[in-house]
Amino acid sequence: MSIFMTLRIALKALGRNKMRTALTMLGMIIGVAAVIAMVALGSGAQAQIEEQIKQSGTNLIMVMPGNFSSGGVRMGGGNAVTLKTEDATALRDVPGVQYVSATTQTRVQVVAGNQNWSTNVQGVDVDFPNIRLWTVKFGSWFGDQDVRGASKVIVLGSSVANTLFGEGVDPTGQIIRVKNQPFTVVGVMGPKGQSSTGQDQDDTAFAPYTTIMKKLSGNQNIGGISVSTASADDVLEATEKVKQVLRERHKIGPGMEDDFTARTLEDMAATRTEMTRTMTSLLASIAGVSLLVGGIGIMNIMLVSVTERTREIGLRLAIGARGRDVLLQFLVEAVVISMFGGGIGIGLGYGLSWAVRTFMEWPALVPLNSVFVAVGFAAIVGVFFGFYPARKAASLDPIEALRFE
Amino acid sequence: MAQQPVISVRNLTRNYQLGEVTVRALRGVSFDVQPGEFISITGPSGSGKSTFMHLIGCLDKPTSGEYFLDGKDVAKASKDELALVRNQKIGFVFQGFNLLKRTTALDNVELPLLYNPKSGLKAADRHKKAMEVLAAVKMSDRHHHLPNQLSGGQQQRVAIARALVTNPSILLADEPTGALDTRTSVEVMGIFQRLNKELGITVMVITHEMDIAEYGTRFVRFRDGKVVVDQAITKRRNAEDELAALPPPEVDPEPAGAHAGGH
Ligand SMILES: Nc1ncnc2c1ncn2[C@@H]1O[C@H](COP(=O)(O)OP(=O)(O)O)[C@@H](O)[C@H]1O
Ligand SMILES: [Mg+2]
Repeated sequence: MSIFMTLRIALKALGRNKMRTALTMLGMIIGVAAVIAMVALGSGAQAQIEEQIKQSGTNLIMVMPGNFSSGGVRMGGGNAVTLKTEDATALRDVPGVQYVSATTQTRVQVVAGNQNWSTNVQGVDVDFPNIRLWTVKFGSWFGDQDVRGASKVIVLGSSVANTLFGEGVDPTGQIIRVKNQPFTVVGVMGPKGQSSTGQDQDDTAFAPYTTIMKKLSGNQNIGGISVSTASADDVLEATEKVKQVLRERHKIGPGMEDDFTARTLEDMAATRTEMTRTMTSLLASIAGVSLLVGGIGIMNIMLVSVTERTREIGLRLAIGARGRDVLLQFLVEAVVISMFGGGIGIGLGYGLSWAVRTFMEWPALVPLNSVFVAVGFAAIVGVFFGFYPARKAASLDPIEALRFE
Repeated sequence: MAQQPVISVRNLTRNYQLGEVTVRALRGVSFDVQPGEFISITGPSGSGKSTFMHLIGCLDKPTSGEYFLDGKDVAKASKDELALVRNQKIGFVFQGFNLLKRTTALDNVELPLLYNPKSGLKAADRHKKAMEVLAAVKMSDRHHHLPNQLSGGQQQRVAIARALVTNPSILLADEPTGALDTRTSVEVMGIFQRLNKELGITVMVITHEMDIAEYGTRFVRFRDGKVVVDQAITKRRNAEDELAALPPPEVDPEPAGAHAGGH
């Protein structure tokens, strides 16, 4: 019998028991929809992280003291786990490097009038806004002489400015107290929003790193160095050169480990992307279980159907159907249920993803390949769980089957 | 022997194993059938008639013995080969009709053509062929009816059409009139006689009614798994003549959903 005829017979048989067919399909529909929705949630999160990397710049190199590459902070081969201002200065001459900023930070209490807020003040250099591609909303960024002179100037993140002075107010020129010392507000940064880990990136303030070290924290060493290259293509090469310069400066002999960590932002994000991916797979597998349950539903109903139609099978065998014709007939029925269910499930999955995106403002994203995977999986489920009942039907003895009451 | 027998069996046995007990349903049957014969098989219940017919119809395999169908040894044929034989050479008619539920008469009749592995018959040709055989059993005007809209006699005629649709050389019927009233039985036997005479189809009918047996050309009686009587029928009945003599049926079994037997 041709596969086309087999398909027609299968559709007819399924049409005779519409309610039952629909309920069996429901199992597949829910399973496939769940898988697609889960993958959409995960992929959305992943895409968001990638988008954020792109926004913060793919040409960033972060240098931190200590060696993080093999878990935990280690001393490395150098004399001390430190980065110095001179290290940052030295990196300016590395080929490919465009901007360099020493960084350090400290947690402080800031007071303006009767408003009081605790935040991180980041000590950075003049080029910092260029490195982070961050623009000033009110006032301006501090200048070279402020860094050299360790001036008590401060640029507020927009959340801090809003808290201290109210929304939309330009506080430029005002004096605020930071750790009980008067600082002049010279600017307010534009809003940056939440980071991919959910932190408010605008709850911060900036001052020259020299000011932080001398007036606020008293640290002799800097907390890190942010570097950016002229183009994203240079970033890997520049990272290697940065490492080389720092190894020389720290007098690390060959074969010894770095006493600092230099990583691109992409490296750092890769870890988080990996985590999200693991989470996605986990969610998808849990959803996959419902697909499995749907498959078992198909098997169950196919077994009932084979028993109910024993006489029909006997008759078909008696008029010349071969075992494989009967096998195929029931297999096709199972696959039709699973594929139709899968198709509707895809629609539902898209709908769910849309709802999550629209109402929960989660960047749910249905990757096209997940649709193919879901359809393929549905077909496999149909074949796998349809096979046993179908084989049972095909191996019936024609006479016994005809006698079956 | 002038002609090659269409069916030739030697020492055919069939045992059923029921736990410890072996039921010897057939205990050595040797039997030849010439083309064009009309054989009536009778015998008490449990004497092995159905078992014998299942073997002849290639629905079952013998425990021992030889079976040549058209000169070809089929006793040891594979399952698929037997399926092909059932599809091509043999037409089956059952006591319970065994039409597919909720499937029109026409679709029921077409069914064997779908399992014909060689002839890739087009839908239109299948249709035509099925209508032809439905006409041969005078059921063309009911081709779109569902089985539960047909009387028992009409259902059996559809079943006969289904058995005929692949042009088999042998027609096997296990108590085809068992669920029918007298008049309808005569009608059905009339169809068998006509197919036997006009198309030369070899017919084998199992019945436990002696008067039904008399429509055949040869009378065979089974007892305890053996053939005990095998003789020509001298005073053969002619169904067509008898039908003409019978008073016309009071009501034609027309109403939808009528059940005149079966289940
Ligand atoms: N599938 C089976 N399993 C066991 N015994 C069977 C089976 N089919 C038939 N028999 C036995 O074989 C004998 C012959 O049965 P059957 O050929 O159906 O007789 P008939 O058709 O003449 O009434 C009976 O004793 C019956 O009980
Ligand atoms: Mg019987």
